[in-house]
Amino acid sequence: MEHYNMNLTVEVWRQKNKDDKGGFKSYKVKDISSEMSFLEMFDVLNEQLVHNGEEPIAFDHDCREGICGACSMYINGKPHGPWAATTTCQLHMRAFKDGDTIVVEPWRAKAFPVIKDLVTDRSAFDRIIAAGGYVSVNTGNAVDGNSLPIEKEKADSAFAAAACIGCGACVAICKNSSANLFIGAKVSHLALLPQGEPERRTRVINMIEQADKEGFGACTVTGACEAVCPKEISIANIARLNKEYMNASFSSDK
Amino acid sequence: MLDAKIPAGPLDQKWSKYKSTCKLVNPANKRKLEIIVIGTGLAGASAAASLGELGYKVKAFCFQDSPRRAHSIAAQGGINAAKNYQNDGDSTYRLFYDTIKGGDYRAREANVHRLAEVSANIIDQCVAQGVPFAREYGGLLSNRSFGGTQVQRTFYAAGQTGQQLLIGAYQALERQVALGNVKMYSRHEMLEVVVIDGKARGIIARDLVSGKLERHFGHAVLLCSGGYGNVFYLSTNAMGSNVTAAWKAHKKGAYFGNPCMTQIHPTCIPVSGDHQSKLTLMSESLRNDGRIWVPKKQNDTRRPNEIAEEERDYYLERRYPAFGNLVPRDVASRAAKERCDAGYGVGSSRQAVYLDYADAIQRYGKIELGKQGLDTADAATITRLGKEVVKEKYGNLFDMYEKITGENPYEVPMRIYPAVHYTMGGLWVDYNLMTTVPGLYALGEANFSDHGANRLGASALMQGLADGYFVIPYTIGDYLADEIRTANIPTDHPAFVAAEKEVSDRINKLMGINGSQSVESFHKRLGKIMWDKCGMARNAKGLQEAIQEIRALREEFWKDVRIPGAVAEYNPELDKANRVADFMELGELMCMDALDRNESCGGHFREEFQTEEGEALRDDANYMYVSAWQYAGTNNWQLHKEPLNYEVVKPSQRSYK
Repeated sequence: MEHYNMNLTVEVWRQKNKDDKGGFKSYKVKDISSEMSFLEMFDVLNEQLVHNGEEPIAFDHDCREGICGACSMYINGKPHGPWAATTTCQLHMRAFKDGDTIVVEPWRAKAFPVIKDLVTDRSAFDRIIAAGGYVSVNTGNAVDGNSLPIEKEKADSAFAAAACIGCGACVAICKNSSANLFIGAKVSHLALLPQGEPERRTRVINMIEQADKEGFGACTVTGACEAVCPKEISIANIARLNKEYMNASFSSDK
Repeated sequence: MLDAKIPAGPLDQKWSKYKSTCKLVNPANKRKLEIIVIGTGLAGASAAASLGELGYKVKAFCFQDSPRRAHSIAAQGGINAAKNYQNDGDSTYRLFYDTIKGGDYRAREANVHRLAEVSANIIDQCVAQGVPFAREYGGLLSNRSFGGTQVQRTFYAAGQTGQQLLIGAYQALERQVALGNVKMYSRHEMLEVVVIDGKARGIIARDLVSGKLERHFGHAVLLCSGGYGNVFYLSTNAMGSNVTAAWKAHKKGAYFGNPCMTQIHPTCIPVSGDHQSKLTLMSESLRNDGRIWVPKKQNDTRRPNEIAEEERDYYLERRYPAFGNLVPRDVASRAAKERCDAGYGVGSSRQAVYLDYADAIQRYGKIELGKQGLDTADAATITRLGKEVVKEKYGNLFDMYEKITGENPYEVPMRIYPAVHYTMGGLWVDYNLMTTVPGLYALGEANFSDHGANRLGASALMQGLADGYFVIPYTIGDYLADEIRTANIPTDHPAFVAAEKEVSDRINKLMGINGSQSVESFHKRLGKIMWDKCGMARNAKGLQEAIQEIRALREEFWKDVRIPGAVAEYNPELDKANRVADFMELGELMCMDALDRNESCGGHFREEFQTEEGEALRDDANYMYVSAWQYAGTNNWQLHKEPLNYEVVKPSQRSYK
């Protein structure tokens, strides 16, 4: 792999706090290696800002290996930037070339208010999980792990849905700011497993209800969420969510 | 005198006897008792959820924006449990024995045996929560092998086991939040322990969004704040992982156990340049099928595919025929360093070895051929089928490697090099997981107790969940049973006022320095000292130098660090400065501990103490103890020793040959 260096212009959304109006600011960064990760380019920029006595750009990040779901930049009009199935932290500067201008914004959704610069408040997702995204089993109640065989195919599908990292890219790209891919992933994960069966109906209704309260929009099945999901969560999970919701809503045996 | 409070009786009956005789708290009293939990990784989330279920009033804190982001999420390979589902001779005793041996006989027998005992319950609990472990076609749970063992006892969920286990614990936690048993404080960082009449009674936390300091009372405080690998700057830890909570506890009286015991993981993606902010692990499970090699010729700059089979040195298979590529992590890491130091390293930095999947692809390809009855297929078909199998098993790891390096590991061997990954050391705890401060507990990676001088793969997840789900719910009751008459202490108590003042004074001091160098630059310099002189190999001279260098660096930090922004706002630079200041104190203690331990064991390798073949040379006569360091003022610590009594396992020279 050939490596190269580049000079770039980065247009970043700066917003002091949730009440500030905010706006774009333009920065130049030099000698960025194609081997750097996107966030390492931000580290370089921030070091530059600290050095010049300016406030560095706030952004959420933690594991930097694509699994914690903290990083959340809207890069050139796309959550997590140009690479498919990639979180911001795993995007590398090979994706850009010398002289490029890169525009970086925070997630934008009513349910994810901006805290500062590129940092948003995604606690609404925690409250959706708290509304029903679990199996009610207290510690110590479990039977032997192999007492209940689970069809491999179903277990694999449940795993694929459970791979969601809760980053919120699906909401950020959605024209309705719908959280249905996120909810669908959790509802599917648990609905596909026998352990999730007893609370199947209440779970889906409560989670949807909570999402409505949080201000997420309705789903019109456009599919942008699936296209930008860094973990490739399938839109089939939204279909399953809808099915589960219908079954739960129209069923008489609650 | 340190009292580990190990229950009397035969090793395999200690825990069951403890459980049936420890004190209990009745449900009406549990409602009145408040417990603070710091950190929401596997240990913290499982503890907070389980204690909430029991009826205690729990407050849980994490510095991340959501409890689901704790760094347990990044664990890839798996979780060990002595289920013996594979009928290959596993048992509680074997898991116990492997862990003691893997830890190079520097762990406490009673704690490790308890860990092995509860391991099976963890799997059951997680399955019941809906954790989607890998399964076989018959619908039963699948296992794989991991380093340092000869049985298959590792349960896994592709390369995302930590994620799935953490999400399970997080969901259990959120359920308790919804039920009102747990109150969650995200984006909060603990900056002080409040001790009243010798007991931990609360914390001072900073709301990282508003910058405000808060006082929280608790009848007990649980530190589940993870390890301190980021003292090296570059590690596989998350950017935010830090020692601050544990360090504050240490300075308030909790002894620090075996601080020098650091695990360097053998299979990480090598450093690519000065811009590097963290290192990425490639799961140990890759050593199941991958073969590690370097060229037989020094400074060989040919491409890997141009180096013929007979010109390759599969040095782990050569040196350790019994365990081959699956030797424990400390052994594999040192062997890689040895080859690179000797001039056999590969890649542009020469600080890397190859992890090669070509053989595995052929082997799996042929198996598939057999399965599909295609006995006349050509080489290309075998390779294609083999790649498909490898993709199914390790696809996400290979994708990650390609994103980071730009190279396709299906075609070119991966380049790997050891990196700081885990810290076996941590706050000293007794059998109850209580530190030397009554009412202050440490769970998971934050304590020192179970892994001795080296942790086996897939055992960190096991320990975190064992502590949180199955140990603390019992042991905390034994303490709190005597606290039922302690009414909530109002947070205007002078101890809270004083603790808060200490924190705000320190923050103001940091902000007031207004120097010229960034926090990040100090952290990098600290990391370099630690890696060069207290890393994979250490010697007395280097350690003595490191102590002086760290002290000088610390002095420079307190004179010249620059933290932009204000206190009363979201200020990640200030958060980082608080953490780096603590790392700089810890670094010195780590070097002191490494200097004190005149032997090599597990991850602690003192160059002066090695066998002729370059293996770690333990000194059981003089160093069979846990170092427990008591803070005694700036640059000053007092060493206490907890002797390790091996009643069941007979320590021997660890051999994987």
